Amino acid sequence: MNPVTEYYHDRVVTFLVMCSMIWAVLAMSAGVYVAAELVWPTIDFGQQWLSFGRLRPLHTNGIVFGFGVSALMATAFYSVQRTCHVPLRLPRIAWFTAVAWQLGVLAGGLSLLAGINAGKEYAELEWPFDIAITLLWVCFGLVFFTTIAKRRIKPIYVSNWFYGGLIIVIAMLHIVNSLAIPATLFKSYSLFAGAQDAILQWWYGHNAVGFLLTGGFLGMMYYFLPKHADRPIWSYRLSIVAFWAFTYSYIWAGPHHLHYNSIPDWVQNLGMVMSLILLAPSWATMINGIMTVSSAWRKLRTDPALKFIVLSLAFYGLATFEGPMMAIKSVNVVSHFTDWTIGHVHSGALGWNAMITFGTFYFLVPRLVGTELYSVRMANTHFWLALAGTMLYILAMWGAGVSQGLLWLSLDELGELSFSFKDIMASMTPYYALRLVAGLVFLTGAAMMLFNLFMTIKGRRTVAVEPPPVVAYGVQA
Amino acid sequence: MNGIGLHKKLENNIGLLIFGILFVSAIGGLVQVLPSLFQESLSTPTANTRVYSPAELIGRDIYIREGCSVCHSQQIRPLLAEVKRYGPYSQAGEFVYDRPFLWGSKRTGPDLHRVGGKYSDIWHRMHLLNPRSVVENSIMPAYPWMGERAANASGDIQQRLRALQKVGHPYSDADIDAAPAALEGMLEVDAVIAYLQSLGTAIDAGMTP
Repeated sequence: MNPVTEYYHDRVVTFLVMCSMIWAVLAMSAGVYVAAELVWPTIDFGQQWLSFGRLRPLHTNGIVFGFGVSALMATAFYSVQRTCHVPLRLPRIAWFTAVAWQLGVLAGGLSLLAGINAGKEYAELEWPFDIAITLLWVCFGLVFFTTIAKRRIKPIYVSNWFYGGLIIVIAMLHIVNSLAIPATLFKSYSLFAGAQDAILQWWYGHNAVGFLLTGGFLGMMYYFLPKHADRPIWSYRLSIVAFWAFTYSYIWAGPHHLHYNSIPDWVQNLGMVMSLILLAPSWATMINGIMTVSSAWRKLRTDPALKFIVLSLAFYGLATFEGPMMAIKSVNVVSHFTDWTIGHVHSGALGWNAMITFGTFYFLVPRLVGTELYSVRMANTHFWLALAGTMLYILAMWGAGVSQGLLWLSLDELGELSFSFKDIMASMTPYYALRLVAGLVFLTGAAMMLFNLFMTIKGRRTVAVEPPPVVAYGVQA
Repeated sequence: MNGIGLHKKLENNIGLLIFGILFVSAIGGLVQVLPSLFQESLSTPTANTRVYSPAELIGRDIYIREGCSVCHSQQIRPLLAEVKRYGPYSQAGEFVYDRPFLWGSKRTGPDLHRVGGKYSDIWHRMHLLNPRSVVENSIMPAYPWMGERAANASGDIQQRLRALQKVGHPYSDADIDAAPAALEGMLEVDAVIAYLQSLGTAIDAGMTP
């Protein structure tokens, strides 16, 4: 037994959860606004900071770094303590990382609105921010890994492999891809040029999706799904095989973003083959998740949190099937540069990332403050809004993307182009209007959730939880 | 099973686990990405490819600032319909002075890699300041502020050129000395037009498909 009573550090988790939800609502609002600009192009009112090209990176960065990373930090801090049976080893650094990250996202977002943009997708922030991100990421890693090093259970639980992969691989990608020569405080030029810069950028871009939006959130899934379903993970062995196969093969898939572009054929072909191979570990993990819930279906009738998590796995399966298909060169000829890509990203971001986060937070927040959810009914309504919004979004973008792709390539019997670019673009309005509606529906649900969680924690303190007493299980000879 | 046995070792030792993840995730980059950084065909300019003039560079930086590459690609694929619509397909050697590359991932608007010389300067000016004055139904944003601000308003053109000189772009010291004078009296919109008119013009006869 411990001589001094120690408690898990959960207040920082509550803080990060609420920050994450605030970013979700803000960044989704920016997304809805840019969607509206594609229907009514003059609603930027001649204001630079409302211009599409500045708001769009704010939307993506707000979602990935604000909503996504805050959610991952929150759940990593929560679950690493419980899977290691120790409080966070460096709670002050944990708090510093959590708060500084929010300030960084805020300042970075404002810099994007001011037009300070390094010009690389999903790595738009300029070099001072890149350095700050690196330092905070190291702090995140320090808190996480030192806690694991102090654990009282010998084996490291599977969720921690994925969170660990997130921390290590994102550090590697971010540092290499951000290398640049600064010209002034807010202007730098990439250390790499042209085709080489392109290959490197998509090594980063694809794997930021891979290890942050996929791997990181799989860590969330591996802890919260079994916890919530009250069942152990269906197959421990499958989780091992899938983890290493995922970590190995994801990295190779980046060049499928550059099919038929000016990069060597062997790079494109390797990227395509590895993308197809990636389907196996992706679906292995999905199967492992679904099978884990399979004996707890009854809970799905009453529990909106579990519904969100199970639905997120279905969309995870859809997106990780669609991705490899789009990586096939002959499919990519049609899908590349079209709204199909946007639809694909959102089936992952809305269907998988947002839904699993929503499910996790609905489960987590009442436990953090020791109460019931303020309104289960509202959460159920949110579930249907989220599902409807995601489905509408994907449908609208499939329609837009497939017609763009085919119409652009269409030639008449004389071998001339069938349609002008302008006419094809003008025919997109109904799809863009439908996408705007879809985004609004999804955003409404997210805003309801923020209110619901706020009312749940209002006036309450985070409950102090003690680690369980030391026992000898899990220790191997 | 041997693999599972190895994993058991890793999952009991955080140092080994960190190393294992780093090693396994680095292989792809080392085999696939690293060689391309040393592949000369990707970093050798085509015969007519030259560095951007100060005006073109400022225009390019404004293009980045306004996020133009979010909606416009600069990459013509070797497909019949694309070559017919936009011109000869893009070659790696044409981009060796592009930091960062701006190939883009989405064509909400048309590809711009060979837009240079396609439209007059006056057309571009009207289009940038108010797209719907020349393209009915256009959904492009208007950029009225480009017509109000001086191209060298921030006064840092020499710092920009010097940074590029450091990474090997062939600007002479004389070029850098003369740069501010070259931008005298230019508005942002003029710089962007200079950049757009330069795009894709480095093509040489041998490259035409």
